[in-house]
Amino acid sequence: MKQSDKTLYWKKNLKYLLILLSIWFFVSFVLGVFFVDYLDGVKKTANGIVEDPESIFHGFRLGGFKLGFWIGQQGAVYVFVLIILIYVILMNRLDKKFNIEEKEIITSDH
Amino acid sequence: MDVQIWTYIIVGITFSIYIGIAIGARAGSTKEFYVAGGGVSPLANGLATAADWMSAASFLGLAGIISFSGRDGSVYLMGWTGGYVLLALLLAPYLRKFGKFTVPDFVGDRYYSQTARIISVICALFISFTYVAGQMRGVGIVFSRFLQVDITWGVIMGMAIVFFYAVLGGMKGITYTQVAQYCVLIFAFTVPAVYISLMLTDNPIPQLGFGADLVDEPGMSLLDKLDGLSEELGFNKYTQGQKGTIDTFFITMALMVGTAGLPHVIVRFFTVPKVSDARKSGLYALVFIAILYTMAPAVSAFARTNLLATIPGATYTEVPQWFKKWENAGLISWVDKNKDGKIKYGPGIAFGENADGKLKPQLLFDKSGELQRGKNNEVILYNTPSKNSNELYIDKDIIVLANPEIAGLPDWVIALVAAGGLAAALSTAAGLLLVISTSVAHDLIKKSINPNISERGELIAARLAAVGAVLVAGYFGINPPDYVAAVVALAFGLAAASFFPILILGIFSKKINKQGAIAGMLVGLISTLTYIVYFKFINVADNKPENWLFGISPEGFGTFGMILNFIITVTVSKFTPEPPQEVQNMVEALRYPGEAKK
Repeated sequence: MKQSDKTLYWKKNLKYLLILLSIWFFVSFVLGVFFVDYLDGVKKTANGIVEDPESIFHGFRLGGFKLGFWIGQQGAVYVFVLIILIYVILMNRLDKKFNIEEKEIITSDH
Repeated sequence: MDVQIWTYIIVGITFSIYIGIAIGARAGSTKEFYVAGGGVSPLANGLATAADWMSAASFLGLAGIISFSGRDGSVYLMGWTGGYVLLALLLAPYLRKFGKFTVPDFVGDRYYSQTARIISVICALFISFTYVAGQMRGVGIVFSRFLQVDITWGVIMGMAIVFFYAVLGGMKGITYTQVAQYCVLIFAFTVPAVYISLMLTDNPIPQLGFGADLVDEPGMSLLDKLDGLSEELGFNKYTQGQKGTIDTFFITMALMVGTAGLPHVIVRFFTVPKVSDARKSGLYALVFIAILYTMAPAVSAFARTNLLATIPGATYTEVPQWFKKWENAGLISWVDKNKDGKIKYGPGIAFGENADGKLKPQLLFDKSGELQRGKNNEVILYNTPSKNSNELYIDKDIIVLANPEIAGLPDWVIALVAAGGLAAALSTAAGLLLVISTSVAHDLIKKSINPNISERGELIAARLAAVGAVLVAGYFGINPPDYVAAVVALAFGLAAASFFPILILGIFSKKINKQGAIAGMLVGLISTLTYIVYFKFINVADNKPENWLFGISPEGFGTFGMILNFIITVTVSKFTPEPPQEVQNMVEALRYPGEAKK
């Protein structure tokens, strides 16, 4: 591989990683942790957890689930699988585009 | 045929399969022993990784934990799957390209330092021993519950099996037995889950059934029913979370990053032939893990609904048969505090400690060895009842164990669940034992003490180390230290705070040097260790949110240690000399899976 190709290949890879990891963070932490109550249509108050009619997700159900609950117990896991799937596809394409030929890596001590 | 005979038959068949595979896949060289010769297909590696990862705790414990914590249980579901995104995107492909045997190999070479290598070997050994003790205990418990043998004999039988295929087969033997074990465990988990889903919601897919309406009450969804039942009894609503947001964030992150830093998981990616295969097997692994991890919360909700709908308010003569069976095993117990003959269930612990100082029921036997029974014919306990009104003790393991009986499934399904639990515990134990033996034979003996050891000598050393590790693990399985549950938090915290940052930085930056890495690892390790040991062992009474640093529980502190590690590593590297040119070239080479075609 030429040096310029190498730089380009690595930059593309980093770009994919940045986008996919942002999705990973957004789904797990922004949706799954920080806004989970809002997505469930409830809020924490000094008197415990109460319904939050101001949430636009109040009363919303996805196949019977409250949205935040579903993301935490189902949705996030599906998104994780999709993220890896997309990365595998993107990188296989990138390898092809740069005409990279993989040889079996010889594991050894030397 | 009764359950016992079915269990002997099914467990016997699965064990013969594992042994048969082990004989067919003996390791002939260190390369086969450490990384299965590097020729495992991505699909097989994905299956093996899933079995390696899912332990007795995932199989028996996960659904139970969620059943009792509701939405708060999401931290485990996201935490123990999200780490695979980090593994497949940030670690596996590059570590595979590196092309050596172990994680300490990478740390030692990338940071051109024997000290860094030794620190990482110690971390790897510590994490793996912590974990394996719990697995051996799991094997013993499954044996004792299903085959009515003593826990000690259960552990010894488990040791004999693992001994056979881990010592003979090394990574090669383990890989193919893990493939078989995954199939056994997922089948055993799915069959009862599908039946219960059909029974309660008429939907054969548990993942969907758990959001659907109840068969018995059209128009009422299962989760609404469960929320209602929970509130009636004084519990929090099942679909609401009580844990603080900041702490939830730190725990979830620590579990994810800890997963990505566990040596027995990382090393599985060294067994495939190519970089693209490492990416692919990360995908397969998560798909296979996700099947169980998305089904477990459904099982939790089904079992909880069933429990709350049938048990509270019932008299002892009305309770289903499974209640009485598991009552005899001490997994569910009832103390009639208000003497009304009805089972009252609510928040709080039903009774005090047993003679060993544990919050577990202790059954009483009369002289002829029969269980002593009370006025309602219920099993009576040694434990003193507590002051609150809750009369019921339920062990979390019962959620998966009693599933087949709750659904009224045939005896062979119960036997299958036993085989599944054993498969989950044995596969994880074997993977951990291999990391221990590799660390001793390869990282300590070959790379540190005696570099001139012959290939044959190293293979013998690896086998002897595996023997030693099995014996130590067995000892802890028979005499479990009280702190097994607490040390699992420690294993994840340490993996997150020690390995993860320096692996990532070592791959994605050429400028990070050995001074930075050593300082970072030590600070991450020591801060996390101190915090967890202080709250979990030294001053357990202080382990309350108001005493925690920034409100972070010990379970989540690994995230804090990881952030410290990142900061220290980068800062120290800025002010100390750059790594030598050949190391920078090595990092450069990790980034490309191969050369351009001619």
